[in-house]
Amino acid sequence: MSELLIAGGRVVDPARGVDGRLDVLVREGEVVAVAPDLARGGSYERVLDASGLVVLPGLIDMNVQLREPGRSADETIASGAAAAVRGGFTAVAVMPNTEPAVDDEAGAEFQVLQGKRAGKAWIYPIGAVSRGLEGKALAELAGLKRGGAVAFSDGDRPLRSAEMLRCALLYAKMLDRVVVQHPEDYDLAKQGVMHSGRVSTILGLAGKSAASEQVMVSRDLTLAELTGAHLHLGRISTAGSLELIRVAKHKGVRVTCDVTPHHLSLTDEAVESFNPCYKVDPPLRTQRDVEALIEGVLDGTVDAIASDHAPHSPEKKDVEFQFAPSGVIGLETTLGVVIEHLVHGRGMPLTRLAELLSAGPARILGLPGGSLAPGAPGNVTVVDVDGAWTVGPEFVSRSQNSPFVGWTLRGQARYTVVDGQIAYAAEPAPAG
Amino acid sequence: MKEAPRAAWTRRDLLGLRELSAEEILSILDAAQGFADISTRSIRKVPTLRGRVVVNLFFEPSTRTRLSFSLAAQRLSADVLDFTTGSSSTVKGETLIDTAKNIEAMGVDVFVVRHSAPGAAAILSRNLEAAVVNAGDGAHEHPTQALLDLYTIRQKLGRFEGLHVAIVGDIGHSRVARSNIWGLLKLGAKVTVVGPPTLVPGRFAELGVEVSHDLDAVLPQVDVLNMLRIQRERQGTLNFPSSEEYTRLFGLTGERLKRAKPEVIVMHPGPINRGVEIAPEVADGPNSVILDQVAAGLAVRMAVLFLVSTGTRRDPPAQLPGVTSPGEAS
Amino acid sequence: MPETILDGARLERTIERLAHEVVQRVEDPEGLAVIGIRRRGVPLAHKLAAALRKDRGADDGWPPLGVLDITLYRDDLSMIADQPVVRRTEIDFDLEGKHVILVDDVLFTGRTVRAAIDALFALGRPARVELLVLVDRGHRELPIEAGYVGERIETERGDRVHVLLQEFDGRDGVEVVRGGAAQ
Repeated sequence: MSELLIAGGRVVDPARGVDGRLDVLVREGEVVAVAPDLARGGSYERVLDASGLVVLPGLIDMNVQLREPGRSADETIASGAAAAVRGGFTAVAVMPNTEPAVDDEAGAEFQVLQGKRAGKAWIYPIGAVSRGLEGKALAELAGLKRGGAVAFSDGDRPLRSAEMLRCALLYAKMLDRVVVQHPEDYDLAKQGVMHSGRVSTILGLAGKSAASEQVMVSRDLTLAELTGAHLHLGRISTAGSLELIRVAKHKGVRVTCDVTPHHLSLTDEAVESFNPCYKVDPPLRTQRDVEALIEGVLDGTVDAIASDHAPHSPEKKDVEFQFAPSGVIGLETTLGVVIEHLVHGRGMPLTRLAELLSAGPARILGLPGGSLAPGAPGNVTVVDVDGAWTVGPEFVSRSQNSPFVGWTLRGQARYTVVDGQIAYAAEPAPAG
Repeated sequence: MKEAPRAAWTRRDLLGLRELSAEEILSILDAAQGFADISTRSIRKVPTLRGRVVVNLFFEPSTRTRLSFSLAAQRLSADVLDFTTGSSSTVKGETLIDTAKNIEAMGVDVFVVRHSAPGAAAILSRNLEAAVVNAGDGAHEHPTQALLDLYTIRQKLGRFEGLHVAIVGDIGHSRVARSNIWGLLKLGAKVTVVGPPTLVPGRFAELGVEVSHDLDAVLPQVDVLNMLRIQRERQGTLNFPSSEEYTRLFGLTGERLKRAKPEVIVMHPGPINRGVEIAPEVADGPNSVILDQVAAGLAVRMAVLFLVSTGTRRDPPAQLPGVTSPGEAS
Repeated sequence: MPETILDGARLERTIERLAHEVVQRVEDPEGLAVIGIRRRGVPLAHKLAAALRKDRGADDGWPPLGVLDITLYRDDLSMIADQPVVRRTEIDFDLEGKHVILVDDVLFTGRTVRAAIDALFALGRPARVELLVLVDRGHRELPIEAGYVGERIETERGDRVHVLLQEFDGRDGVEVVRGGAAQ
């Protein structure tokens, strides 16, 4: 019998309206009880002292790329799952843009199986919307669901055809799954490699305008309204997109959205260094956009924060800016950046932190967890909110392409508990 | 005996004009003046860089800029190597940095770099010991071209303060335009960029220049007309419908030039599309200083090669402007 | 404490003496030209030319006067790096067949003079070149000697010899600071 008592921490579980000094008992991989002073009532197989720490329902990252199958030099499911628990994530949803793409039942099953073998964070595949991510024909969405897919998306390739998205939304609605779209109009974005604005004008780099995102957000919202299906817009980056989403939500459209930590903390001015670690999709925007995104995070327009973890080995990133692939790793820095910038920087309550990184993603993807209710999975993240640490340069991830190397952040996972087992401990876990 | 003190040049690289002070730009122009004299002597060579190695690392075809740099290096008695490849894609899978480091290992002192990617010279500067001179990086900067333009303007008009310069053409894709804009603004000139809005984004106004889409309205006001080369391959795309239409709206014909001040000087960075952005009678006419620009290019490049060879200062890896550091936002 | 070797008045007399020596020894005064090495050789060349005119009772146009910048001919870029300012060489007469008096303030290692001779020959082919210096402080590193010397001073390598000139320093004179760090 496996048994773990997380004792003396401040438990924050917005789904149940809980915020207080409580003990959490996990048995056989399930939360059994959340109550004061359980520690005094008896002896337990294992006790974690969480005094001075914050106990959250296990964090869920709903947008990561783990490169398996196909590009295991950059990341594997095992290395990604290890990086996840290092960053406090007990579960991650994996985009299908692997080689080959995860566009059938077997592909999804393979990722689930690799996740079980890794034995760290839970791995949830997101299946492709279109076969081969080509945007032409629908993939077998029901088969993908059977294989374990929790959502459908063409990853970083937006669905260009409106009709394709309309059909995907209808089909996904039948399967009670969400479609995740990364909105971008390719024609307007052209060959852009950064935000189109003052900085791109100075640097002579081709830009992607805010309009290239907003035009697609508009279209997608119209289709979500038309179909009544649940649409999730991933990694929203502009003030204008957020405004469109706010209005649509007000109208009752079934739309949710997420933003990334880097879009909450960096602007296009970082690109002046020509350092490819600042090349991301969508591009880093302006300070005004950053402010608007933070506002949306605080007021509830934004439903989740996701890392958009995109590992690239150094030889791929150590090239001219315009030739470098887009994306940064984020599994190990997301929690720290969010706590530093939003909790410490903007006074965001910890209940909101738990919603954005746990309850929100669980609700969007229909996953178990996101709460510490009795019977919920024994996935718990114990966080040191005030302890400062310095990012990198070494990471558990196989890749090091982080824009935050050298930053000092307050906030990191002290223990990541998955299935009632300590999958990660920042310091040696106490015996007994 | 006037020996105006100027801030001494200390940089190891010339990556762009945006990062230079007005004093640094003028110190290059002054040095170039000294080098221009050398071309008039019986022995047109000085021993200054004897034993030094300058390599032209060109990932884009550009015969003229490369020749100008080669001759400049040779007049300074440097040994010159050429590494030229037609494309910017990596050669046999080798990255830009690896290619340059390999060449540097042969004992190179100065890299002259031409590349289609903005920032290519900056990336090399961060990864090499040798001095780096940007000979054009994508649409970002082409500092020696702008310096030779500035040199020519000073030679012909004797000042920058109060001058009004129009740069006409495909501003959005032009490194020449950007470097000229920084240099001219720092030295006190007024700049108007002119062309169709598809090639001259209104956002250029944020750089401190005026934006116009009407050449005829601008012509009477300016002291200098810098006519940029129009890439014919862009015609018939969304950028502009045809070169005929471009010429009708923005080409500098003899007839149109009559609207300008009689003493206006007409510049062109070359190579010229005769009859497209500039008519032959204008290119060869009395207002044209196009060949003076070519001669100035040699003096400016000698000065730049000399100065970066004496420089030691290399900016530390870029401070990250605009990065909202933790807590700062609160 | 700087030790004064020449004050303004004695510097003036020294120049006059040197001018007289030049006039005595030059065979064809019409072929004479004076060229100052930047920077401090230039005002000295002007002084010498004036003294030459006085000595011979000549008109303003004589002797032709030039300015030589040797920056590009120096043998060590790291030395140039201290003052990488390229100024113009101003010699607007034909050197061919001239008897050139090259003027500098201090003769030390001889490297400046070597560079000056190189620079001069890039401009033309004078018939004869002589060197005139205000101070010879010894410690030569090259087989170079001056034909005309204002003052010979015994120095240690680390001493510093300053030729002060109205144009740069507000007064004329020569001073030595003893026992500085070796250069």
